[in-house]
Amino acid sequence: MTQTVPITAGKSEDWDLEINSRSGWLDLHLKDIWRYRDLLRMFVWRDFVAVYKQTILGPIWFFIQPLLTTATFTIIFSGVAKLSTDGLPPLLFYLAGTAPWNYFATCLTKTSTTFKDNASLFGKVYFPRLITPLSVVLSTLMQFLIQFLTLGIALIWFVWCGYDIHPNWTGIILGTPALIVLLGGLGLGFGIIISSLTTKYRDLAFLITFGVQLAMYATPVVYPLSTVPEKYRPWLELNPMTGIIEAFRAIFLGAGCFSWSLLSYSFGVTLVVLLLGVLVFNRVEKTFMDTV
Amino acid sequence: MSSVIEVEDLSKLYRLGEVGTGTLQHDINRWWHRVRGKEDPYAKVGRVNDRALKRGGEAKALPDYVWALKDVNFKVNQGEVLGIIGRNGAGKSTLLKLLSRVTSPTTGSIKVKGRIASLLEVGTGFHPELSGRENIYLNGAILGMQRREITSKLDEIVDFSGCAAYLDTPVKRYSSGMYVRLAFGVAAHLDPEILIVDEVLAVGDAEFQKRCLSRMDKVSKQGKTVIFVSHNMGSVQSLCTSILRMSSGHVSVKSQNVEKEISAYLNDCKVKNLVLPISLDHTSQINEIEINPMTVNENQPVSIVFEIEFLEPTVVTDFAPILYNQTGVRVCKLDGRPQLGLPREFSPGVQRFKFTLPALSLIPGNYMFGFYYRTHATWVSHDYLGDFQLVSEHGISATPYPVEFMGVVQMNFNAQQL
Repeated sequence: MTQTVPITAGKSEDWDLEINSRSGWLDLHLKDIWRYRDLLRMFVWRDFVAVYKQTILGPIWFFIQPLLTTATFTIIFSGVAKLSTDGLPPLLFYLAGTAPWNYFATCLTKTSTTFKDNASLFGKVYFPRLITPLSVVLSTLMQFLIQFLTLGIALIWFVWCGYDIHPNWTGIILGTPALIVLLGGLGLGFGIIISSLTTKYRDLAFLITFGVQLAMYATPVVYPLSTVPEKYRPWLELNPMTGIIEAFRAIFLGAGCFSWSLLSYSFGVTLVVLLLGVLVFNRVEKTFMDTV
Repeated sequence: MSSVIEVEDLSKLYRLGEVGTGTLQHDINRWWHRVRGKEDPYAKVGRVNDRALKRGGEAKALPDYVWALKDVNFKVNQGEVLGIIGRNGAGKSTLLKLLSRVTSPTTGSIKVKGRIASLLEVGTGFHPELSGRENIYLNGAILGMQRREITSKLDEIVDFSGCAAYLDTPVKRYSSGMYVRLAFGVAAHLDPEILIVDEVLAVGDAEFQKRCLSRMDKVSKQGKTVIFVSHNMGSVQSLCTSILRMSSGHVSVKSQNVEKEISAYLNDCKVKNLVLPISLDHTSQINEIEINPMTVNENQPVSIVFEIEFLEPTVVTDFAPILYNQTGVRVCKLDGRPQLGLPREFSPGVQRFKFTLPALSLIPGNYMFGFYYRTHATWVSHDYLGDFQLVSEHGISATPYPVEFMGVVQMNFNAQQL
């Protein structure tokens, strides 16, 4: 095939849209995403509302889920296995670990099937595909905020009861949004990379569900980083989630080994993963309908 | 006139068969070629799309890659109503997919001015649990509308779909008719600069088809551009101002002469299905069949001419062309016995028989000729000897009812208010 040069190149016509066979890696249609922001809002709202239609308790389920998980963890890891909780009340310790971890894990697993789940929609109408995983991250955030509220209520209760907890209140107000962005970004980044890689070859999809479960144990969620033996620690610190979870506990419970270097490492990894994800995703979205 | 769509050297390559380990090998090979700056090794061997090709035997040598579209070039002008016609597998749907950005081309480019909306499939993204109102907003947003745009048109859409009373009921409780009406209401109020209608996909839903056509007609009267894909030559002829005729992934012709292109397309279909001469028995055969004209107006006669060669003296007892409509209903049998004086003996040689039908009081559509023939020795019956298109005279001043609802015959009648 020879490259053909358009004859009309000299004439400056203002086309609204040009569809080409191959565009640059950096052509990300970010303007398109902005134009479709109403769609993003509708998707977020749909995901949030549709799940709890025809339930009686509705959004209260968002409270019940984390409470049950935390109760289970408290009984198994603290009660039966006698794992250390850094001297903190186990309920608070697990709640502060599972809330951010669940947000990350949910973002990752939900976005990792973007192309497969939406194939019928994507096959019929065009909109910037990135809207879909973005909406997942945002609607999951709503669930997370409610879990987060649970944590807040529990925290206030424990402080009021006179437990020895020193939350960093300014840290909570300033740091939490930043940490949430990191969690969401990291989950989204990994999720869309996996989604892009599994359109044609589905093998990787098998790994995700149990991979995420295993990853939880490679992250200080049910145990504090301080109890990890020195020789395993560098490996654990390679996990970008370690820094985020530890930072979370540090500001909420005033415990754990928070370090700026660990957190900036997490930030760096998030940035790289997210950028890579968006690039790959954009690449795949153009032709995935032919292979999905 | 300025063009609103320009398509240049557009091609689309598809791979046949399943995705498996073999695909991975191809992918790696292709990637390796690209890294070295060479062209795609599989694009070279891709063949022209012809679904009729049988697999097996010599077909083993055929490559697994198919050009669904190959080097397609055309322009669409502002205000044009372009009908895309072609046999199945000609690349019509692939072209529409590329135009609506669902997938992207292998090579070439498309340039577009203005918003494109397609009535390919209505109700895309409807969520069964959400109410009618919520779905209007959701569906509108998916189709690219802004929130306030939808709000301003909400009343119109609700009126159009006629489900005001059910607006706050989840759409999963809707009847299928209401569902489609609501979905179509949203799509119809998009106000695009370019509208794509694929009637091929909408087949079966008569109500929807009818609404599509009337909406299309309205849009085109506002001077907007319409792209229309259909197998129904009747509606193509009454609606379109130009034709893009495709075959095997190529654009055969783009022309303003709608009638000529339609009959060329019908001819194209005929040649593929009918192999002449047709042997009737071992003593006679049909050498040629001619249907004239191929596109018949409602008050115009149509004739079919048979050229039959008798090899030996043959006594013909029955000679009767049969007219079928597009749903396969036998409309009538043209019994040739009295007028041809059958049974009688024909001496060896070539004979021509002409059957002429006066103005047909039938509904517009595609009609086929079959044939019943009997000699002393044997009898033959053929389902298909060619077809013609019956079209309505008066354009689309009134939106035509879908074919399924129109019955078989068209009768003259008087209607008056008393």
